[in-house]
Amino acid sequence: MTTRYTKDHEWIRLDGDVATVGITEHAQNALGDIVYVELPEIGRALEKGGEAAVVESVKAASDVYAPATGEVVAVNQSLDGAPGTINEDAEGKGWFFRLKLNAPEQLNDLMSGEQYKEFLKTLE
Amino acid sequence: MTEAPDTVETTDTQALAPAPSHPPEASAVAAGEAAPQADPAPLLKTPLHGLHGARGGRMVPFAGYEMPVQYADGIIAEHNHVRNAAGLFDVSHMGQAFLVGADHETVAPALEALVPADILNLAPGRQRYTQLTDANGGILDDLMVTRSADPDEDGVLFLVVNAATKQADYAHIAAHLPAGVRLLRAGHRALIAVQGPMARQAVGRHCPEAVPMPFMSAITTRFDGIDCHISRSGYTGEDGYEISCKATRVRAIAERLLSEPSVKLIGLGARDSLRLEAGLCLYGHDIDTSTSPVEAALTWSIQKRRRAEGGFPGAERIQREIAEGPARVRVGIKPEGRAPAREGTEITLDNKPIGKVTSGGFGPSVNGPIAMGYVEARYAAPNTAVILMVRGKPMPARVAALPFVPHNYVR
Repeated sequence: MTTRYTKDHEWIRLDGDVATVGITEHAQNALGDIVYVELPEIGRALEKGGEAAVVESVKAASDVYAPATGEVVAVNQSLDGAPGTINEDAEGKGWFFRLKLNAPEQLNDLMSGEQYKEFLKTLE
Repeated sequence: MTEAPDTVETTDTQALAPAPSHPPEASAVAAGEAAPQADPAPLLKTPLHGLHGARGGRMVPFAGYEMPVQYADGIIAEHNHVRNAAGLFDVSHMGQAFLVGADHETVAPALEALVPADILNLAPGRQRYTQLTDANGGILDDLMVTRSADPDEDGVLFLVVNAATKQADYAHIAAHLPAGVRLLRAGHRALIAVQGPMARQAVGRHCPEAVPMPFMSAITTRFDGIDCHISRSGYTGEDGYEISCKATRVRAIAERLLSEPSVKLIGLGARDSLRLEAGLCLYGHDIDTSTSPVEAALTWSIQKRRRAEGGFPGAERIQREIAEGPARVRVGIKPEGRAPAREGTEITLDNKPIGKVTSGGFGPSVNGPIAMGYVEARYAAPNTAVILMVRGKPMPARVAALPFVPHNYVR
């Protein structure tokens, strides 16, 4: 299982041909207290880079984009009643949705954990 | 007091991408200014800037200043701390000024020519909320006016205006003053607010005179020997004080307050959620030149004599709206689901627009989304079912009585 990162601060973790997607630790920290998340419907086809979900902190709403093209096969229902899970465990229990990928090789275009760390340094 | 916590400037959702030091953070706290990030001028710092840095403040541009939106605990924890204990806010970015004339009978009419409140009958040591109105009855700014309690300062009014509008306010006031009345800007002064049910105890230990003060009163006093003005007021819906002192002394007062176990520093993020729960207007969002005080449900701040006599800018419209009722009115809006409705969200009924959200977000004490906005007057009754269009989807909501959280002022 490898985890890849986008410049929009999403992570995607591939397990077989299904990938789990969420927002990064950096993103949750920057957003602050998360109070609402709007998840995609199961069965929806997402395009790489297209709007997939919305995450709302106390202050603002932010779009979450699909890191790769695929079909939504699961969403994290537990976030409905406990969106704060994203703050507590953004890259674990705070996952957003699962995608059955059309082209897993799209992940090769994304950053590794090391590359993402370097990328974050350029934002400081 | 009158002003402007940070707020959410999001009519559209923002990309997650540029996270920490520009949007969503930066534009998320743009209250009261058209385009703060576009402003090339360097950001100003308050006298407590160093304290914010030392205490982990996350600094963002706000009304031309670099201000803390939150500290390490986060907005919800800070919000709850103010409701349960006491919070210290740096509001030194707000504009402080003195209006000075020969006596109260000279200075009060000069201000009454610009605001609809009764200033003439404002007693010494009393404070009043009002608005600078324009010729059309729109609101140029909202402000607090305090008449000095000191008999030797008869003819002095202390004004506190919003940060983003202060230069325009000062120019407007100065341009309309009669001979013999002067506006003195007090840029050398700092302003902090201490808010919450434990504020009285915390401030009282350093300034016993503050303990018995009534709501909306003010005194000139000393805080651990440091000269200051203290008023029993604030903008969170909680009991508390606002303390104005020389900029050079504010750090000492702040550090003394923070040494009290009940007091924590609170950022602009929680200031915004607190004032929204309290149903208080944020200038540039809930009120501006397109809204009248009557539409904004601020008629309570226009005393009887002024309603009858007029004599302030826009009196014709404001008096007419008081008599006949305004076409639209500011109300609370409670979404029935969990999704916040942000500023700019359209309010509809039977597929027809009936108004717009002007402030909206999450209320930590309400533990759910809350908003304020304007609706046509016939839909303003509490509990009226409406539809909010959030990201193109209809979301059920109800008109709600304000405040969302009962005020906890001393009386």
